[in-house]
Amino acid sequence: MIEELIKKASSKSAKTVSKTSSVVISSRLRLARNLKDCPFPNRASIAQRCDILSSIESVLKEISYMKKGYFFKMEALSSLEKKMLVERHWISRELLEIDEGSAVSISSDQLCSVMINEEDHLRIQFIKNGFNLNALWKTVNDFDDLLEDKLPYAFSKDLGYITACPTNLGTGLRASVMMHLPGLSISDNIDKVIRASNQLGLAVRGLFGEGSDASGHIYQISNQQTLGESEKDILDRLAGVLKNIIEHELNARIQYYEKNKEKLIDKICRSFGILQNAHLINSDEAMNHLSFIRMAVDLGFLPEEFRRLVDYLFIEIQPGHIQYPDSNISVELRDIKRAEILRNNFKKLPPLNFDK
Amino acid sequence: MSNKLKCSLCDAYATVHLTQIINNQIQKIDLCESCAQKKGVTDSEGFSLAEMLSNADYQPNTLQESCQACGLTLAEFKKSGRFGCALCYDSFESVLKPILEEMHLGNEHVGKLPVRCLKGICKEKQIKTLKEKLESAIKCEAYEDAALYRDELDALMKSS
Repeated sequence: MIEELIKKASSKSAKTVSKTSSVVISSRLRLARNLKDCPFPNRASIAQRCDILSSIESVLKEISYMKKGYFFKMEALSSLEKKMLVERHWISRELLEIDEGSAVSISSDQLCSVMINEEDHLRIQFIKNGFNLNALWKTVNDFDDLLEDKLPYAFSKDLGYITACPTNLGTGLRASVMMHLPGLSISDNIDKVIRASNQLGLAVRGLFGEGSDASGHIYQISNQQTLGESEKDILDRLAGVLKNIIEHELNARIQYYEKNKEKLIDKICRSFGILQNAHLINSDEAMNHLSFIRMAVDLGFLPEEFRRLVDYLFIEIQPGHIQYPDSNISVELRDIKRAEILRNNFKKLPPLNFDK
Repeated sequence: MSNKLKCSLCDAYATVHLTQIINNQIQKIDLCESCAQKKGVTDSEGFSLAEMLSNADYQPNTLQESCQACGLTLAEFKKSGRFGCALCYDSFESVLKPILEEMHLGNEHVGKLPVRCLKGICKEKQIKTLKEKLESAIKCEAYEDAALYRDELDALMKSS
């Protein structure tokens, strides 16, 4: 079942016709919801968690959009399978620690995932390529309405949707946009952006909460405040800041290119050479080289469709995906397999065109 | 490309870098994978809250020590940053108020209302208005009107 899902997701992200964009990789909206009169998952007994799980499961199975999808109880998954779900951003790292009475439901188009009994009874999430917050909000909101019709939510008219952690109280909405910021990173301006974003109440994190510069120059930027502001205002405010960051990123790239043309071309060509020829490569190094290839597309050195290839590989080269289905493979073997995948995918790359 | 930073808690290579504004101070912390997991940094919001609560300046201004509904103690909440049930919000209201003000843009929900709940809120308001009308009708000795309001009120209270 999980193999089929991962294969489907891989081939979808390799072939999808949906447009990729230069700075924003994907947008994600998440709603935290809880059921009325039930203790939160961390306080509930296993029996209570199982009851909550089965009542949510039966409701999700009544919704045709989810019925055709996938449903996994956490205790039924191996740690490697869970790792892959994290790498695809369908479940959180926190859910890895929880077994009994927790589950994830994933829609057949893989845009929606619902975590059951993570920190809250329900974590509803939609992810889409590109910068898409308002359209995405409509989808999430409609889906939430469907669930609310069948599940009694914990809600107070003063505090809004009640959540286990007060940081999610109110709208329960976390909007998070994954951005590719190589320009700001190589020009050493990323710290300024992080500070400014923090001051505006936004959180900045790496791809999986990992090193700020280590993983493909990818950052996730999200709202921190959920109470005292409507969903629309949260999204508008975030979008406003993100538009600013996009502008700064594009300027940083142009400025870097103008001042350090040969240096940048050298970095891109070296990345190209390594991806085409390496026989051993770890994921951090691979992510960094892929990042330069993505930037090469943005600068017009490579055709647009290669951006999709890079976004696809960003996930495919993660440790869990490389390991699967053999959870015992050595780190060296993993690096060999990763290098092989990269060589195969970059074999067909056209020569870089620096005339543009 | 970046300097390899060491974990602030042990000497391992730091892979988690957290930057947050807490009380208008920029706080940066570098952690290795396992310390980050132990500290629950994978959820940066939860982490920030726990920090905020363990802040020495912060003193709870209430005597309420545990939630009457689920038994969660204030100390447990301060440690994990998470409540045990919806009623904890009432139990620890006075502790929570200043935290919410600091954490969010306000302390009142202005976003989406669930339709089911909306009906409840509407009904509550209708009942309140009818009760007021009934009272003033009785005061004015307009007993015919009062009887009408009373019937309406009865019907509304009975409807589910």
